Amino acid sequence: MQGTIAPSPQSELRTFVESRSGQNVLDCFQCGKCSAGCPANYVMDLGPRRIMRAIQLGLKNEVLGSSTIWLCVSCETCSGRCPAKIEITRVMESLRWLAAAEKSKPAEKDIETFHRVFLSVVERFGRVHELSLAALYNLFSKHLFANIKLMPGMLRRGKIAILPPIVKGASELRNIFHRVKTFEEK
Amino acid sequence: MKPQTYAYYPGCTLHSSAKEYDISARMVCEKLGIRFQELESWACCGASSAHNASQLLSVALPARELQAAEQAGLPLAVACAMCFSRLKYAAHELTDKTRLAQMSQILGKEFRNTTEVIHLLQVIRNVSDKIPLKRPLKGLKVACYYGCLLVRPKEIVNFDDDENPQIMDRLIDALGAEAIGWDFKVSCCGASLPLSRHDIVLKLTHRILAQAKQLGADCVAVACPMCHSNLDAYQKEIEAEYENKLDLPILYFTQLIGLALDFSPKQLHLGRHFTDPLPMLRGKGLI
Repeated sequence: MQGTIAPSPQSELRTFVESRSGQNVLDCFQCGKCSAGCPANYVMDLGPRRIMRAIQLGLKNEVLGSSTIWLCVSCETCSGRCPAKIEITRVMESLRWLAAAEKSKPAEKDIETFHRVFLSVVERFGRVHELSLAALYNLFSKHLFANIKLMPGMLRRGKIAILPPIVKGASELRNIFHRVKTFEEK
Repeated sequence: MKPQTYAYYPGCTLHSSAKEYDISARMVCEKLGIRFQELESWACCGASSAHNASQLLSVALPARELQAAEQAGLPLAVACAMCFSRLKYAAHELTDKTRLAQMSQILGKEFRNTTEVIHLLQVIRNVSDKIPLKRPLKGLKVACYYGCLLVRPKEIVNFDDDENPQIMDRLIDALGAEAIGWDFKVSCCGASLPLSRHDIVLKLTHRILAQAKQLGADCVAVACPMCHSNLDAYQKEIEAEYENKLDLPILYFTQLIGLALDFSPKQLHLGRHFTDPLPMLRGKGLI
């Protein structure tokens, strides 16, 4: 039937979220305090309250396809204020991990690109190198001139290093990245 | 005064875009008898992004730094609120024995998770009655901005009240300045979104800056390089977008302490900010 949804309380979605976030999703009684205090709620499609309800109902595609899970900046306001003591930030994070594992198409592609590029810079150099981060982000997001206006000011104030940092622990860090990947594939 | 020694984790930005935070923190702490031993081969803790990509990586990267401090046998002082949050969170996650054993394997080193993590604000607060004031910051109204990750989640960071923290306010008062009461001290600035969703950062920082300005603050004090960058670097854009004149200097709390200790604006690198604080400080007779 068109336009109907089939809720499934014993869903694979809720099982994943609860085991990875350590939070009990069924404790949510939809008071809406999370959405009321969320600084990004005004640009989200569902917002945290409806995400919680959708997980309870097992609506995986709706949740993973939402912009909400990417627009959440982990500010922890919702976690601090939830009367049911659910750390909603942990729930949101687990949804991003699930989205990555399932290779689902992110509704906020640029945000996902930023995080991917950020980690590739850290894996390569051991620390963040802002110029590489900005350049690679612009390249992969196809916003070639994003933030270009700020660059002269950053360079003039010595806020951006031209060359990447030389970090003694960089190769050790690459090993950690590698071992994490091996563990996750198991 | 017996010097207190901490292992020191500056975090990536303190060696690049937020050098002035690193420099002012070191100068002030030296004066206060606090000794920093920078972790020798520190690397990124994964903040802004690891926790959005991989659960294991988001704990492994900070755990590496916790292990290094454990080996040095020192409490770990952290300057950046984001790093502070990731380090605290990792230590919390690893109270689970199974996960800790797995982490030792990933790090390739023995790790017992015994490191005490402490933010620079707490380090300095502990000796705030011993600040040798040379130039009290009389007549300076300061909006203390804590942002998100210093104070939340309260049970994990164990820092201060999460809706109305006071640590920085009391410290600023102790310098002879006046910390104002306001609504946005723990409201989000948009964190890691300035590249990917610039519009959100402009809107959130505008809310914060507009109220501080409206309540008569001369500057905003911060304890996080991400908050600093978001509040400082885009003020011209915000002014154009929201037709609201701001011109509100954003200073690291360590720079304000430095001023009260009579370090020069040059030593404190006050000229590195996008929103120039020097005219305001001159107007107040503080430099």
